[in-house]
Amino acid sequence: MPDIIFRDGSIRQNQWFVVSRPERGETLDIPEQKRVLIPADLWIENREQFAGNENIGVWLDSHDEPEVLADHVNELPLIAVNFPKFSDGRGYSIARLLRERFGYENELRAIGDVLLDQLQFMKRCGFDTYELRPDKDIRKAARALNFFSQGYQAATDTDLPLFRRRAS
Amino acid sequence: MYVYDEHDRQMAAERVAQFRDQTERALAGELAEEEFLPLRLQNGLYVQRLAPMLRICVPYGMLRSVQLRRLARITRDYDKGYAHFTTRQNVQLNWPNLEDVPDILAELAEVEMHANQTSGNCIRNTTTDQFAGVQSDELTDPRPYCEIIRQWSTFHPEFAYLPRKFKVAVNASEKTDRAAIQVHDIGLQIVRNDAGELGFRVHVGGGLGRTPMVAPVIREFLPELDLLTYLEAVLRVYNRYGRRDNKFKARIKILVKALTPAGFAEKVEAEWAHIKDSPSRLTREAIERIQAYFTEPAYAALDNATDLLARQRFENRAFDQWLQHNVDTHKKPGYAIVSLTLKKTGTPPGDVTDRQLEQIADLADEYSFGEVRVTHQQNVVLADVRQDRLLELWEQLGPMGFGTANLNTLTDIICCPGGDFCALANAKSIPVADAIQRRFDNLDFLYDLGEIDLNISGCMNACGHHHVGNIGVLGVDKKGQEFYQVSLGGASQHDATIGKILGPSFARDDMPDVIAKIIDVYVNKRTDEESFLDTYRRVGIDPFKERVYA
Repeated sequence: MPDIIFRDGSIRQNQWFVVSRPERGETLDIPEQKRVLIPADLWIENREQFAGNENIGVWLDSHDEPEVLADHVNELPLIAVNFPKFSDGRGYSIARLLRERFGYENELRAIGDVLLDQLQFMKRCGFDTYELRPDKDIRKAARALNFFSQGYQAATDTDLPLFRRRAS
Repeated sequence: MYVYDEHDRQMAAERVAQFRDQTERALAGELAEEEFLPLRLQNGLYVQRLAPMLRICVPYGMLRSVQLRRLARITRDYDKGYAHFTTRQNVQLNWPNLEDVPDILAELAEVEMHANQTSGNCIRNTTTDQFAGVQSDELTDPRPYCEIIRQWSTFHPEFAYLPRKFKVAVNASEKTDRAAIQVHDIGLQIVRNDAGELGFRVHVGGGLGRTPMVAPVIREFLPELDLLTYLEAVLRVYNRYGRRDNKFKARIKILVKALTPAGFAEKVEAEWAHIKDSPSRLTREAIERIQAYFTEPAYAALDNATDLLARQRFENRAFDQWLQHNVDTHKKPGYAIVSLTLKKTGTPPGDVTDRQLEQIADLADEYSFGEVRVTHQQNVVLADVRQDRLLELWEQLGPMGFGTANLNTLTDIICCPGGDFCALANAKSIPVADAIQRRFDNLDFLYDLGEIDLNISGCMNACGHHHVGNIGVLGVDKKGQEFYQVSLGGASQHDATIGKILGPSFARDDMPDVIAKIIDVYVNKRTDEESFLDTYRRVGIDPFKERVYA
């Protein structure tokens, strides 16, 4: 499995295996002895069974509604959001909702078509790990995470939009 | 006018460094074309029919003389010595080299300019009335709000990959709407509520293009301090639910229509309820801080120069005509608003040479406190000219090519670059404008016709705003041949209306005749005081149809 970028630019080994959605008629096949991410709605359906299991997290697709997890977000060790195309910007709103609306505090990961030039936006929206597309140069991630030293807006990373910082 | 502080300067410099890095990776083959595409678009760079095109942002149309001179230098050093004022108050260069663009952006940043978000599926330049701050009937100056929106929307981390482009316009005048806010994704009309508090009437879901729509009101009154949180709520609903499967159905207008305006408003209100008291809520102090950049210049205490102007007008008929058409009333006694028309026959509408840019800068320094405004009608405004210097100013305009006294007349044509430059165009637009200008070269006849908006677009993307022209012309492609469809009755102000298609399209050579016939019907049918639009609204489209297709 490809390595994972952390928000501080460091690179670590990936521990989590993404289980894709089972085809119609098939059942969810969870590999043993692995930490896995399963589709969020399937986790909710079987919450009794999965909650509290530190080896089972979830992933949301860009058209999924983070509202399905709502009050249960902090029962999860990791939530991943899939970017099917890097130009599909729904994942940014999903991340902010998970963090700011539902108060999710654990690891939030960007997966899928994750490229370098979007990393800083992801970081600002609350993602703290990133699974870069394998053909991209992971050594360039630290720079891409820090193209800008500040932003104009409040987002998940700061409560202080520039207009409030200027005032002080 | 707004002046950068250390934060703005730092982010502008970081943006240039970022794009330099991205361009190097693109040229080194590390970024696929489709990966580089949104990055270069959000830095203003298109790849066009003949060469790249760079769209430079002019925030809400304001430019200082030092910026005009820098633009002139850039067109000389990196381009072919001319630039084009667009229909969204921006400036375009038609011939830059891809590898030079980071250097051009660095040169722009030195004078507090940029090309951020002038293209791509993001929040674009916020536009407003070119007479903001100098007209007497506005509730307050709209420009500080435009600047507040500019800062909020710049590099917004959540809204850089929207389903489609997103345009906001602000208007503060009760009588006029020179910003055409009702054909924007969000149109903000500054209003006062019954308690006398300042706020915004929020229109969402207007637009031109393939499916033209006038924006419905989704909130009658939004308190001033809630501006950014409410915009954030609208954008979040759009980002989440706007269509991404079909580019032609991806604008917010389609979502508003699908949900109905009331249904859409409900979703926005629900989202807003969560964030309205978040730290993004504006403060009085933050607004006042920006307003302080838009204070009045050092006007002299003057009386209106009524007698002097009367004498000068009597002695010089051409000056009289220019004064009547290209000069507007200023809120300060003794001052006037002057529009320089970039619509001289033989020059594509909105085009200026490097030398002309410098001449405009000189005029701004000499006559108008060093500032100009760019209009979406592709003209340039000197907003603060002393009335007793109007004649002296006017005498210089003719030789410079800005003196054509045709503002708001039939030949003050709004026109996109069209098939001569644009890769999207179905047909050329500049030659059509030129042929119409040549046909109607008699100023007295134009004045007699009064105000008529003639707008030309080379394709359905409608950069020439043809849907809202009183007369609209749209270039269409029929089996590889260029044809032109005509619509009538469009309007862009408070009475915003999408024009009606007259009938089958015409060949380019027939266009001057077609326009002449339409004008003919108006002249025959009008009553004394009626404008073209009034007559059209009274008599309907049929008399025009009968005459044109007879």
